[in-house]
Amino acid sequence: MAEIRVENLLKTFGDFVAVAGSSFTVADGDFFVMLGPSGCGKTTTLRMIAGLELPTSGAIYLDGEDVTFNRASQRDIAFVFQLFALYPHMNVRKNIGFPLKCIGRPRGEIRERVEETARLLRIDHLLNKPVSGLAGGDRQRVALGRAIVRRPKAFLMDEPLGTLDAEFRNLMCEELRSLHDRIEATTVYVTHDQLEAMSMADKIAVMNLGFIEQFGTPQEIYDRPATMFVADFIGSPPMNFLRFQGALSPGATAVRMNGAEIAVPELREARAEGELALGVRPEHIRFDADSALRGKVFETEYLGTNQIVTVETDHGMIKARMRNDSRIVAGETIGLSFLSERLSLFEATDGRAIKTALFDGGRHG
Amino acid sequence: MSASTANSVVEPKPWARRLAGAAVVLYALITIVPLIWIFLTGFKTPPDSISYPPKVIFEPSLEGYVNLFTTRTRQTAEYMASLPPPENWVERLVRDRNMVIAGPSKFGERFLNSIIIGFGSTFLSVFLGTLAAYAFSRFKVPLKDDLMFFILSTRMMPPIAVAIPIFLMYRTLGLSDTHLGMILLYTAVNISLAVWLLKGFIDEIPKEYEEAALIDGYTRLQAFVKVVLPQAATGIAATAIFCLIFAWNEYAFALLLTSGTAQTAPPFIPTIIGEGGLDWPAVAAGATLFLIPIVVFTILLRKHLLRGITFGAVRK
Repeated sequence: MAEIRVENLLKTFGDFVAVAGSSFTVADGDFFVMLGPSGCGKTTTLRMIAGLELPTSGAIYLDGEDVTFNRASQRDIAFVFQLFALYPHMNVRKNIGFPLKCIGRPRGEIRERVEETARLLRIDHLLNKPVSGLAGGDRQRVALGRAIVRRPKAFLMDEPLGTLDAEFRNLMCEELRSLHDRIEATTVYVTHDQLEAMSMADKIAVMNLGFIEQFGTPQEIYDRPATMFVADFIGSPPMNFLRFQGALSPGATAVRMNGAEIAVPELREARAEGELALGVRPEHIRFDADSALRGKVFETEYLGTNQIVTVETDHGMIKARMRNDSRIVAGETIGLSFLSERLSLFEATDGRAIKTALFDGGRHG
Repeated sequence: MSASTANSVVEPKPWARRLAGAAVVLYALITIVPLIWIFLTGFKTPPDSISYPPKVIFEPSLEGYVNLFTTRTRQTAEYMASLPPPENWVERLVRDRNMVIAGPSKFGERFLNSIIIGFGSTFLSVFLGTLAAYAFSRFKVPLKDDLMFFILSTRMMPPIAVAIPIFLMYRTLGLSDTHLGMILLYTAVNISLAVWLLKGFIDEIPKEYEEAALIDGYTRLQAFVKVVLPQAATGIAATAIFCLIFAWNEYAFALLLTSGTAQTAPPFIPTIIGEGGLDWPAVAAGATLFLIPIVVFTILLRKHLLRGITFGAVRK
């Protein structure tokens, strides 16, 4: 197992910048997820780590060794593809044993390790079946088996659960994570699904338009989004943004928004008058009859354990996650207040988060 | 016969099935009657083969086949009488016509030429075609679209339209009437078909398979041979049949460019002369034998062929 270090990785296709100078380090044994919408460069980054694409510039280190321009086969990594890429002309045993055969291991050893791997993944009863008849989950397990059988330095996975249905995906998420905990392999996992990312990752990099918007633990990314893009991309429903004009000075503990004072975490930096955005997670909103911030209930969405209430305010639509004990009717006018220590502030023009007490100690968190 | 094979979810009306059956039978008759006639003529005697009205019922004879494989000379009655008794049925058959066998005919050689040239050019077309198609399918080839169009454009006129230039070129290069010349010529004609067909097949194979193999330790060539080729087998088989049928049946170039050493069967068969004109039973026997390899080849690969020509229409 190994640490993966990526430095200033740049990839362009003609005029199109797919990956714009990424740098990050995946610690040995970490489950690292690259998360972002399609076309954000996450798959390209993964393919460069794998050696399936060559970077335009930058460097990739695997276990301290510069592998930037090494062949894929010389990197000692395993790749799980979205479509699994099981060889249709081979049965399960041959598929799993294929990487060992490629590097010329003796037959007895291949047999032994294939069977051991199959037991680990609980597919030992399928070993002599052709791959064409397998169900989606079993195909997935065979693909994983083919990856882990060689005990490579790192696993790279490109949306491996993308083709499975939702119920099964959750199951495979758990299986993948527990497999990772057992074999402690450095894993780089690409997905556009925030739930997969949040539930499995040790570290997440949220990517957009070739840039890494934020790199951190799932909790850091959820609680302290570094940009409006991250705040909007993570969470369902996403963070609400209340845009306003204002200036900020360090030490302040409130912002003025259309005459209303709203308490925020203590500010750590100054901003001249400009367009700002206050970020509020739906679960950090409460009804408060005394609040100056008022709005009309637009619709409510019943979700069993809680409900999502959409409120029309002067700052736009705000979605709030509420307990189900209060009955709310569309058309009602209500007051809203926020859980002040959990609010985020952004520069609305470039989307960057403004430093507040929210980020204190966050560097190490 | 076809009525029972109609097997759709919505059962057609009986009259429709009968009509469809009749159409199939009629079509089969139209296409198969000439073949049956050739086959039967091969077993007629020369007089029977040109009798009028044509004989459908006749006494079968192997004279056509004997004549196909031998050359014979007519002898005087005295000479015939002086010969020892015939050693086998072939000689007896020939002597009944007051002739003796002078030697083997050229048919065997010509047939062998057809096999060498037909299969040789098919192999070369498919081999080069597969490599080219793979490159076009997977790599960034400069001017890819223009090159593909250029390859296709070689099919935009009948090949025979360039017969004169090729004839002159081959004479200068010393390729006239050589196996190599004919193999190259048929390959040149077939390769555009092979590249286009095979590119379609290879495009359908997800590139993840090779990438997985590359990561697992194979080189690009190993991945191509061990992973791509097995999956392209259907396409390769279908392409091979199309190429072979063209090369096997080609007549015009063979007539123009070959006369001796490298002459293939198609220009040779119609020139089998017997006494007083064409030896029709021998011609028919030659045509019958000529059909066999291609029929066998097609039967062997027909499963692939059927899958091949409908490939891509329905995704599994």
